[in-house]
Amino acid sequence: MRKEGAAKVCGTARYIDDITLPGMLHGATVRSSIARGRIKKITFDPAIPWGEFTIVTAADIPGANCIALIQNDWPCLAAEVVNHPEEPIVLLAHADKHRLAEAVAAVRVEYEPLPSVHSIAESERKDAAVWGEDNVLKSYLMEKGDVDAVWAGADFIVEGEYETGAQEHLYIENNGVIAEYSDAAGLTIYGSMQCPFYVHKSLVKLMALPEDKVRVVQVETGGAFGGKEDYPSMIAAHAALLVRKAGRPVKIVYDRAEDMAATTKRHPSRTRHRTAVTKDGKLLGAEIDLVLDGGAYSTLSSTVLSRATIHAGGCYFWPNLRVRSRALATNSPPHGAFRGFGAPQSLFAIERHMDRVAAAVGLAPEELRRRNFLRPGLTTSTGQVIPEGVDLEHLLARAMELSGYKEKRQRFARENERRALKKGIGLAAFLHGAGFTGSGERRMGSVAAMDATADGMLRVLVSSTEFGQGTNTILCQIAAETLGVDYGVVQMGPADTSVVPNSGPTVASRTAMVVGRLVESAAKEMRHVLTEAGLIGEQYSTEEFQRAASMYVGKHGQLRTEGHYEAPPNVFWDDELYRGEAYGAYAWAVYVAEVTVDTVDYRVAVDDFVAVQEVGRVINPVLATGQVEGGVAQAVGYALYEKVVWQKGRMANNQMTNYIIATSQDIPPIRVYFEEVPYKYGAYGAKGIGELPMDGPAPAIVNAVSHATSADFCAVPLLPEDVMTKLAQVKSQVVEVVGA
Amino acid sequence: MSLQRIVMTVNGVERTVDAHPMERLLDVLREKLGLTGTKEGCGEGECGACSVLMDGSLVNSCLIPVAQAAHAQIVTIEGLGSPEKLDPVQEAFLHCGGSQCGMCTPGMIMAAKCLLMHNVKPSREEIREGLGGNLCRCTGYMRIFEAVEAAARKQESEAAR
Repeated sequence: MRKEGAAKVCGTARYIDDITLPGMLHGATVRSSIARGRIKKITFDPAIPWGEFTIVTAADIPGANCIALIQNDWPCLAAEVVNHPEEPIVLLAHADKHRLAEAVAAVRVEYEPLPSVHSIAESERKDAAVWGEDNVLKSYLMEKGDVDAVWAGADFIVEGEYETGAQEHLYIENNGVIAEYSDAAGLTIYGSMQCPFYVHKSLVKLMALPEDKVRVVQVETGGAFGGKEDYPSMIAAHAALLVRKAGRPVKIVYDRAEDMAATTKRHPSRTRHRTAVTKDGKLLGAEIDLVLDGGAYSTLSSTVLSRATIHAGGCYFWPNLRVRSRALATNSPPHGAFRGFGAPQSLFAIERHMDRVAAAVGLAPEELRRRNFLRPGLTTSTGQVIPEGVDLEHLLARAMELSGYKEKRQRFARENERRALKKGIGLAAFLHGAGFTGSGERRMGSVAAMDATADGMLRVLVSSTEFGQGTNTILCQIAAETLGVDYGVVQMGPADTSVVPNSGPTVASRTAMVVGRLVESAAKEMRHVLTEAGLIGEQYSTEEFQRAASMYVGKHGQLRTEGHYEAPPNVFWDDELYRGEAYGAYAWAVYVAEVTVDTVDYRVAVDDFVAVQEVGRVINPVLATGQVEGGVAQAVGYALYEKVVWQKGRMANNQMTNYIIATSQDIPPIRVYFEEVPYKYGAYGAKGIGELPMDGPAPAIVNAVSHATSADFCAVPLLPEDVMTKLAQVKSQVVEVVGA
Repeated sequence: MSLQRIVMTVNGVERTVDAHPMERLLDVLREKLGLTGTKEGCGEGECGACSVLMDGSLVNSCLIPVAQAAHAQIVTIEGLGSPEKLDPVQEAFLHCGGSQCGMCTPGMIMAAKCLLMHNVKPSREEIREGLGGNLCRCTGYMRIFEAVEAAARKQESEAAR
């Protein structure tokens, strides 16, 4: 059962906005009202009693004015120029939070506007150079075989262009932190976040404080989905600057409108495919051109682009492949991490494209896929050899059977002729790499620990955080199973950088697989220490183990053991050429969506959803199923409802009223099935699961809509107006076929 | 606007607060009465995280001026059960995996409670409709539907005893 579940269902779990410190002030942010420009002058309206307020500008930053991530180009506060709407410029704090809105409005910033770009096309054309000389935040070239040689021998060459929109995380709890400071203890940040050590690293630089004078504590976090990977470093930095100046604790909690307008979103994308295929459906090679809109600063775009690039070829064997990818700057708030991290974008493109390649060749979509699936012994786009046990064909067969795919595919096509409500069924096959890309895990060198208290309570010490996905439960389960004790006596230590070792950020579907394995090692070591000390034998009860741990603590002062990351053997990754083992393991899936398209009001409803996946061993079936269902629901929104409306780089619909996510009435039955193939190097055979379910639903749904309407839809979100426009244009589009 | 003395019954206890009449019931509950189990998600009545029962009806407490709650019976998540003694709906959410990040959970449980008060054996379709005003971003709703059905079954079996 969920470790912190009772507190959550009783409303006693304490989130950041539930905490009040004595003498605490409330902070607010004055933000840029324009997309790009030079700051000429900042004036404070004399109608406000400014003496009551703490005021912070970039001039108050003691260290480097940046939020430390990869390239360190993201300012904490704009000093001379602003590069996107909502960029923070001035911070205010006051004891009465109701006084802040008026004060924020009374800070006038005068700008000299500079030209800005607001789409991939504008950035690519260099309508204005807004980042570096060419607006390119990052680019990759990934090559396999000799793609230039394939075109002459192709029976068909199929081209396509696919687009995906931005997506707002819409965690139900907005971003928030509290900062406090004392000379003795230094700076302490409490906050809603995924990665306490990211915040720590960033604050050390910004505040010019020694590492041991910055402490970051994650409190109960109300959803994140990647949206609390990078931005908490920003809001924590703001609170830290205010507390330093005010000398009193400061809370900053965004309201929904501010959170939606100012914080990160999923990168919009445009992907172009050109594929060579034989008349019997064998893929010969492809050129893929992938572009992400990174927003105004590079933040995490290089790593998002990396994952998008590696996943661009999907779960197929490509003898020859070239992927060129770029992340381009535009003048919107930086786009950041969001569940899937680039893979949903490139997998949408390939999985829509596969249906169109199948149509060109004259094969059923599932048959074209089946003929080209990655199988054991074949190599991925990066040259990674597929291990034994991977069986996409079986996942496909099972998903088709469970959804009644074959029969429905034919029957719907037959019945749709006479109907205004047109039904369709579509599928997507895909993979998701678990853990950091390439050498990331080796560079990170994560550590997990376990300790025992004097009264024999056993604790898991990690910086991996709980934000709904089940970290606490899974890691305690792994520790209990390894120690051979009851789950109830294992607790999570606090996610506090002054207490726990750095087990890495809580991202990339790495918690169960990578950190779980470290917890397993730390637990093994604890058992070993107690065995060596002669305090336990081969067999013991939970009580005997606790007594032994307690005795050890009594005698030695503490019992603390660690697990250190060790890369699986024979793993090789070339960061320059993008060759080798991109991920320790991939999760695999085939999803099937059944839809109804109303040709009167053009609404699309998802009627049924089957999700079949192989994620290694499933450690906790209830949590794993919940992860898949939740991911599918978010992706239904990504496909059909969630549209960020941009006006000169600013989100115009930054309200739940007009940014629509799926409600309980929009969600189809989501039927979740697991195939279990244990992964040798994951904790108890686990692989990553959290992000996988975000990847497949959008292409499966759009494939189903295309099936229902016989029209080619190539972009998400697919709103009723998009369906209407397309169906009004042409009854069906003919795939451009060259050299048939 | 001056402060007004407002009396209401919260979780069975009569409470008196001095508040601006237009202050949100949500803020009064959280800040003046310390009942932080009720959450703010959107502040505009879209997400239902702040749902409470007011005279037996489900309301978004972010949309209720506290003056309107004068003399009303208010029930918040804290009025249902405690970790030591869970309400059947809370217990079902815990066991079925109906709560992930927990932020929508108090409001969702109040919505489920309200539904089950008016309909002891709701169908899946009635549950989908009954919870339609409460957004969850984590679960995809399936575990929540199962929790409501489990709670209904439990209530039924207890009533039969």
